[in-house]
Amino acid sequence: MTSPILSVQNLHTSFRTDDGWTEVLRDISFDISARETLAVVGESGSGKSVTALSVMGLHPRQSVRHSGRIEFLGRNLLELPEDRMRAIRGNEIAMIFQEPMTSLNPVLPIGAQLVEAIRLHRDISRDDARREAVQLLEKVRIPAAASRLSDYPHNYSGGMRQRVMIAMALACQPRLLIADEPTTALDVTIQAQIIDLIKTLQDEEGMGVMFITHDMGVVAEVADRTLVMLRGDVVECDRTTRVFRQPGSNYTRSLLAAVPRLGSMAGRPRPAYFPTIDPETGQAGPDAQTAPPPAAPRPVLEVQNLSTRFDVRKGMLGRLVGRVHAVENVSFSLNAGETLSIVGESGCGKSTTGRSILGLAAPTRGRILLDGAELTGTSRAEMKRQRQNLQMIFQDPFASLNPRIRIGESIAEPMIVNGIAGRAEARDRVAALLAEVGLSPDMMNRFPHEFSGGQRQRICIARALSVQPKVIVADEAVSALDVSVKAQVVNLMLRLQERLGLAYLFISHDMAVVERVSHRVAVMFLGEIVEIGPRAAIFANPQHPYTRRLLAAVPIPDPERRGSKRRLPELEIRSPLRPPGHIPPPRSYRECAPGHLVMEPSEDWALLGAA
Amino acid sequence: MTPMQKTGPDAALSAAPASKRLRPGRFLRRWPALSLGLVLLALACVMAVFAPLLATHDPQALDATQRLKPPSAEAWFGTDMMGRDVYSRVIYGARVSLVVGFGVAVLATAAGMAIGLVAGFSRLLDSIIMRIMDGLMAIPSILLAIAFMAMLGSSVVNVIVAVTISEIPRVARLVRSTVLSLREQTYVEAAITSGASTLRIIWRHILPNAMPPVLVQATYICASAMVIEAILSFIGAGTPPDIPSWGNIMTEGRALWQVKPHIVAFPAVVLSLTVLAVNLVGDGLRDMLDPRRKS
Repeated sequence: MTSPILSVQNLHTSFRTDDGWTEVLRDISFDISARETLAVVGESGSGKSVTALSVMGLHPRQSVRHSGRIEFLGRNLLELPEDRMRAIRGNEIAMIFQEPMTSLNPVLPIGAQLVEAIRLHRDISRDDARREAVQLLEKVRIPAAASRLSDYPHNYSGGMRQRVMIAMALACQPRLLIADEPTTALDVTIQAQIIDLIKTLQDEEGMGVMFITHDMGVVAEVADRTLVMLRGDVVECDRTTRVFRQPGSNYTRSLLAAVPRLGSMAGRPRPAYFPTIDPETGQAGPDAQTAPPPAAPRPVLEVQNLSTRFDVRKGMLGRLVGRVHAVENVSFSLNAGETLSIVGESGCGKSTTGRSILGLAAPTRGRILLDGAELTGTSRAEMKRQRQNLQMIFQDPFASLNPRIRIGESIAEPMIVNGIAGRAEARDRVAALLAEVGLSPDMMNRFPHEFSGGQRQRICIARALSVQPKVIVADEAVSALDVSVKAQVVNLMLRLQERLGLAYLFISHDMAVVERVSHRVAVMFLGEIVEIGPRAAIFANPQHPYTRRLLAAVPIPDPERRGSKRRLPELEIRSPLRPPGHIPPPRSYRECAPGHLVMEPSEDWALLGAA
Repeated sequence: MTPMQKTGPDAALSAAPASKRLRPGRFLRRWPALSLGLVLLALACVMAVFAPLLATHDPQALDATQRLKPPSAEAWFGTDMMGRDVYSRVIYGARVSLVVGFGVAVLATAAGMAIGLVAGFSRLLDSIIMRIMDGLMAIPSILLAIAFMAMLGSSVVNVIVAVTISEIPRVARLVRSTVLSLREQTYVEAAITSGASTLRIIWRHILPNAMPPVLVQATYICASAMVIEAILSFIGAGTPPDIPSWGNIMTEGRALWQVKPHIVAFPAVVLSLTVLAVNLVGDGLRDMLDPRRKS
């Protein structure tokens, strides 16, 4: 093997805190060679990003201390002065970040930003830099690159912006590319495209890539070697195939066990608990299916022909220029004790569907029936009483709790505003609820910032449960959580469903989690349900081309099956923005198996590359 | 039947936070800027409250024989053109300055918050209210205050009214924009889905989270009101000349400041320190009231 591009040896990094120095990285060692991809995996707080920032020399020098060696092409980066480091940064080592929405300056055209990035590091004329920029955009497969230079970042979709960020990182032909969760904020199909792109470019340019991620599926797709980190320590570092086949530590085994695998539910009609492995002992928990939901005379929630449209107005007089048909003619029903998942990519209307049901968005038309009684159009007091039965868990556990209110009060709020319990009684119930979701009752006097993301999501679940609802809408409720925490929260939700007969409307883009938790699945595309049916049928026998596309894009957490998937045709999701007078075409559904409905073919099929 | 098992409520109650007493030493080390601001502000308040005890002379007493004396053991800050003792006038001047500063800060913040909340929650009223606020903002606040003083006549109360009106739009705009962004927060949506009324959402979720910027704005207004009062008095449109305020002491020293700088210098220094103290207290309070920075 050739000598490595980057060689980190015994790196220790400490942060200055109020009580002296705290070591956040201990004895980190790894190498990256040309054309090699090293995945750095671990959960939040494991030190993966700190490692990357240490390599880039981006920590403030006064408050961060290093020891060990970071050798890049024979130079020890830790000893370089700041001005020499600046010449390496962006030039020989480039970095791309997670958030493509905020990494670009919104008030400058894409072309100007690219030209600036090129001229910062290379002494070439503006015209040459412009030509170079076009080439770079072509390299990252942006169609009609020359004509898109004068566009602003908001004209680009999330996936395109991440491509631009990659183009910028490549501007100076770096030897090492550090990618810090580059696909975490993107849709699955876009993620698959970006990963393909990074791999192709790596071959073309001969770069080494350090790929930071928490997603084991992505690791299996991209990495030659894998470094597993836990709370600042290296747990193991080996070839990816070995890490997946024979993990050398219990922690890695528990991490791998918590990874949802598409297809692992074949032959099992009901949701199943994640088989958790204790990271200390390596003991595996059960991988059991949940009990079947109780038979019910009628669905607890029925949605009929729900449409939600938003007007787009322009100018002084607010002239109507278009309508976003966010949700169009959506119908489904949900039984007690059952989970219906709504899947689709961002902008498909799945969240708006949930919000319309909860009254956070005003439906344009349609009926919502709760226990057979209509939700819309009754008196205010009546509506409030009914709405108790519908609660919601939000995606971002950091934003969904008021930072200035103790969590006990947050959990008690629904009970108090609905007049279910007085202050003292609410307090007792909060204690019981905290125990129910696996937290200690004496935590009720703490503030939200004292909890981790997973704990906060448990608090949100406790809040939703406090009024004993029948239906919980979980909008991407586990998407923002670490793998093992995600498994725990999903298991908690499954257990509560079994115990309390809760019905979940589980809104998610994560097909692998959806496979585990759902009884039934509805696939949404541009505001419409294109396929709905029992989970087993949808996953085993997807009918609509969009469903197939979604399933094909899910990364498979098995490095030995890498590349076995067919490449996805490039496609950016169109927007459901229509002219004001637009009348949606009538749709009909075909029942291809009991309960499994597919929308009849339309012009979208050709677009989606259906055979 | 509730599915929740009882877990000792006593355990939960006893876990109430043992309110940590902050010792002065710890407080000083944790919040040095706030401590300094509080001490300075306390001194200014002592000056205002105990002015009759602290003053060495009658602040109004004229003495033609003692005109324009430099600082001495007899007159600590020297005397002005009419032989009045500058030290005693500065002490009494604290009363006007502090009353105007705090009065304007409290009134403008309260009115501005009410207006901002209404604008943030009602689309219809928003466009009307904010156009009025834009109109007020278009006129420089000192000009506006002078116009009000001309209409109302000169008295301390009228100074407070005039400065308050010209400061309201600042608070209203800030509160409106804060409310608009807080309304989009997930925890506000969570409260809506749990059935909370609009009033409760404003009181429990919007107001506490809108406080930090408003608090900072309030201290800024307090400081700026003291300065505007001084400017109004300085140009003769503010506090009546017989009531000493830091502004009109400086007015009287204005013509002579190159030869007799002490008349302007002492009130100026005291005014600056007070304004600084108010700003320090504002910043410190904002940090202290944030639970995220306490642990």
